[in-house]
Amino acid sequence: MIRTEHLTKHYGRLAAVEDVSFQVGPGEVLGFLGPNGAGKTTTMRMLAGFVAPTSGGASICGHDVAAEPLAAKAALGYLPEGAPSYGEMTVRRFLAFVADLRALAGSQRAARLAHVIEHLQLGAVLEQTIDTLSKGFRRRVGLAQAIVHDPPVLILDEPTDGLDPNQKHEVRTLINDMARDKIIVISTHILEEVDAVCTRAIIISRGRIVADDTPAGLAARSRYHNAVSMQLEEPQQLGVARAALAALPAVADIEVSERDARLTALPRAGATILPAISALAARTGLRFKELHLESGRLDEVFRTITA
Amino acid sequence: MSNVGIIMRRELASYFATPLAYVFILIFLVLANAFTFYLGGFYERGQADLDPFFTFHPWLYLFLIPAISMKLWAEERKSGSIELLMTLPVSLPDAVLGKFFAAWIFTALALALTFPLWITVNYLGSPDNGAILAAYLGSLMLAGGFLAIGSCMSALTRNQVVAFILGVVACFAFLLAGFPLVLDVFRAWAPQVLTDAIASLSFLTHFESIVKGVIDVRDLLYFAMLIGFFLLATAVVLELRKAD
Repeated sequence: MIRTEHLTKHYGRLAAVEDVSFQVGPGEVLGFLGPNGAGKTTTMRMLAGFVAPTSGGASICGHDVAAEPLAAKAALGYLPEGAPSYGEMTVRRFLAFVADLRALAGSQRAARLAHVIEHLQLGAVLEQTIDTLSKGFRRRVGLAQAIVHDPPVLILDEPTDGLDPNQKHEVRTLINDMARDKIIVISTHILEEVDAVCTRAIIISRGRIVADDTPAGLAARSRYHNAVSMQLEEPQQLGVARAALAALPAVADIEVSERDARLTALPRAGATILPAISALAARTGLRFKELHLESGRLDEVFRTITA
Repeated sequence: MSNVGIIMRRELASYFATPLAYVFILIFLVLANAFTFYLGGFYERGQADLDPFFTFHPWLYLFLIPAISMKLWAEERKSGSIELLMTLPVSLPDAVLGKFFAAWIFTALALALTFPLWITVNYLGSPDNGAILAAYLGSLMLAGGFLAIGSCMSALTRNQVVAFILGVVACFAFLLAGFPLVLDVFRAWAPQVLTDAIASLSFLTHFESIVKGVIDVRDLLYFAMLIGFFLLATAVVLELRKAD
């Protein structure tokens, strides 16, 4: 369990984080979203015990970060922003160093090291110094050191930043594999990541929590929630289609993109418009290349909430 | 192994991962020998002792020790690895001690590599080897004092050049405190107690008595307390400013 209570951090007069309270339980993957400079990293640093809060507090698995820092840190795997490490060390030595400080020993130490090396595919670069690695490998080394002791709580600050699409996919798979019995908090500004791995998302803006919901719940706040998007086979029908849609009582607004002959019909609050639109197609002879129901656009919600 | 040991070992290995360690040792040995033979007049004195060698150590250390200590914390800050280290289950004192001991052991190694001088002086005459051993101990304590000051200066900044300059200046102040030049200024008007207090803070006062072969517990205690004080200061500075 991660628990924060009224976590606040002021730098001089600047309030980086203001009264942030939340709890995360086992099995939850919490996505921490927000624009750059919103306070994501500061919050994570306070959870990890690197930055002391101005007021309020946090605990990891029942250990107060300020009162029992070593116990809290022992329960935690932490990937700092930018995955810093010791550049002059080889990957093997670096991971061994972290394993030693994590008090792993004997066969367990060897097994855990082998496990993270295999899962993060570091076998080929074990004897290379970290300075010589690509950004993707460095990130994976950072992830490997965070999970080497199999911690119950993982806090990852932008775990997929700088990775290519394949590597992103691997890291998300890794997070999903670990999600069942762990508490995971990741920060990201990539919204697709929230759908891919998170069971819950907190959006933070100017240091304050402005939304705390499931990804589906957040998407439902979008004006595009339950909107119907369609692409016409014949672009010249655009005007006809638009007029027909506007005649439907449940349609609140229509967006038209002439470039690809696409229409998006937005429903009135709580209304369902897909059946009416399907019926419309049959009645008027409009032919669609594509017709689908939108669940909502996270980027739009994100912009609306944090603007 | 304790956390201090783990951190110390990593740190020591990192010295030798770059040419820094070899360059440092080479320069230290060249300068130490040059001072001994040219400035110290090792042969001309006609005495079988290592006084001309040890006399110049404070001045040698003044520039070389801050060159080692400057990276202790400034580099961790610059690269961001301090965030990694401080979020591992390691206490701050363990980290401060581990890094300090690594630097001290490294200096001890450089000092130990001056052994040909000791062999030479034993070949040429019959020196008081007990006194030489005491002088080596004194030199090591002096290096420890410089390193502890340098560690604190390094914790203050993320810029290694700034850490170096702060280190040299702070060490210089501690050296100078024992000089007649400084003491005479105070002697003219200040009470004897104050002059003595300033003199007693100086590296030179304590170092010179050890180098003469007199190991006084008070001199050792002075260095131990100085090291302790500045390591504590390092920890305090880090605690306050580690994330800046």
